[in-house]
Amino acid sequence: MSAVMRYSAPAIVLHWLMALLIFAGFPLGLTMVDLPLSPDKLKLYSYHKWIGVTLLMLVAIRLSWRLTHTPPPLPASVAVWQRRASAIVHGLLYLLMIAIPLSGWLMSSAKGFQTVWFGVLPLPDLVGKDKALGDLLAEVHKVLNFTLLGLVVLHVGAALQHHFIERQPFLQRMGWGKKERT
Amino acid sequence: MKMTLFALLAVLAAPVAHAVEYQTVLPKQSSIGFEFRQMGVPVKGGFKRFATQMAFDPAKPEAARAQIEIDLASIDAGSPEADEESAGKLWFNRSVYPKATFVSSQIRALGNNRYEMRGTLTLKGRSRDMIVPVTYTPGKNAATFDGGFVLKRLDFGIGEGMWADIATVANEVKVKFRIAATGK
Repeated sequence: MSAVMRYSAPAIVLHWLMALLIFAGFPLGLTMVDLPLSPDKLKLYSYHKWIGVTLLMLVAIRLSWRLTHTPPPLPASVAVWQRRASAIVHGLLYLLMIAIPLSGWLMSSAKGFQTVWFGVLPLPDLVGKDKALGDLLAEVHKVLNFTLLGLVVLHVGAALQHHFIERQPFLQRMGWGKKERT
Repeated sequence: MKMTLFALLAVLAAPVAHAVEYQTVLPKQSSIGFEFRQMGVPVKGGFKRFATQMAFDPAKPEAARAQIEIDLASIDAGSPEADEESAGKLWFNRSVYPKATFVSSQIRALGNNRYEMRGTLTLKGRSRDMIVPVTYTPGKNAATFDGGFVLKRLDFGIGEGMWADIATVANEVKVKFRIAATGK
C-alpha cells in the first residue's frame, strides 16, 4: 500500500470550512434577491454578507498558507494535461474566492449599504453610493458566482473521477477517511 | 444739543435697522435628512419636498415660530425598494397620511445662537411633543438654522406588524435638518 499524501491539517480545515460557507452563501444569495422586502429579507442579506466577509478573511489566510506550504504531489497516474488543467482550475478558484466577496462588498457600498460584519465590524465603503455602479457590480457578482459554480463542478467531478474511477486515494488527500500509513 | 439728538436717534434706530426677521425660506439650500440602523448598518435617507413657514427675529426669539410640512412621497429611504415599501400601510400609510407636520409651540434662547424649540410632530395621524435644539448661523445672504432630534418610529406607528421588530430596523431615527432663510 502506497503512502497517502495529504494536505496539511490547516489546509484541509480551511478547504472544508470554506466549502461549507460557499455552499451556504450561494443558495442564500440566489434566494434572498427574489424575496419581497421584509425583516427576514434584511436578515438574509446580512447573513449572506457576513458569510462573504468571513470567506474573504479565510481566503487571505488560506492563500498565505498555500504560498508557504507545498501541496502533496499528484499521483503519477495523473496525466500531464490533467495536471495543467488542475493548476489552472485551482488558480481560478483562488481568484474567484477573492473576487466574489470583493465584488459583493463593493456592490453593497455602491447600493448605499455599508457592510458591517456580524453587525459589529464596519468595513469601509471603498466606493460611494452610485446606482449604475451598483447594478453593474450586481451583474459582475452574479457572473463570477456562476463561473465559480462551473469550476466547482469540474473540481469535484475531477476529484471523484480520480477517486472512484481511477481508484486513486484522491479524497484522502483532503482528509477524507482514515489516514493510511505504509 | 443737535449732536446729542442725532446720537440718540442713531441709538434708537440701530436695533430697528439691524433687526431682521427671517421669513423667506430657500428650499434649494434647505434639507431634511434622517438616519436609522438596519441590522446594525447605518442607512441614510431624506425628504426632497417640504414647505417651511417661519418667522424668526434674533432680537425676539420667544416670538419666533416655525411650521414644516413634509411631502412623504418625496422620501429617499435608502433604496428604491425601501421608498416603495415606505408608502404602505405598515409604514407611512401614505394614501391616508400623505404629509408629516411639525408646528412649533415655544422657542427659547439658550445663548450662543443656540435655541430650544418645542413643538408637535404629527406623523401617520399621531402627534408627539418634541424638543428640538436649533443652531442659528447668521450669513451674508441667508441665515441657516440647523437642528436635529431623535424620534422613536414606533411612537408614530411607523413600521407596524412584522416591521415592529426593532432588532432588524432600529426604533431610533435620527432626524437632521437645515433651513436656510432670508429676512427683510
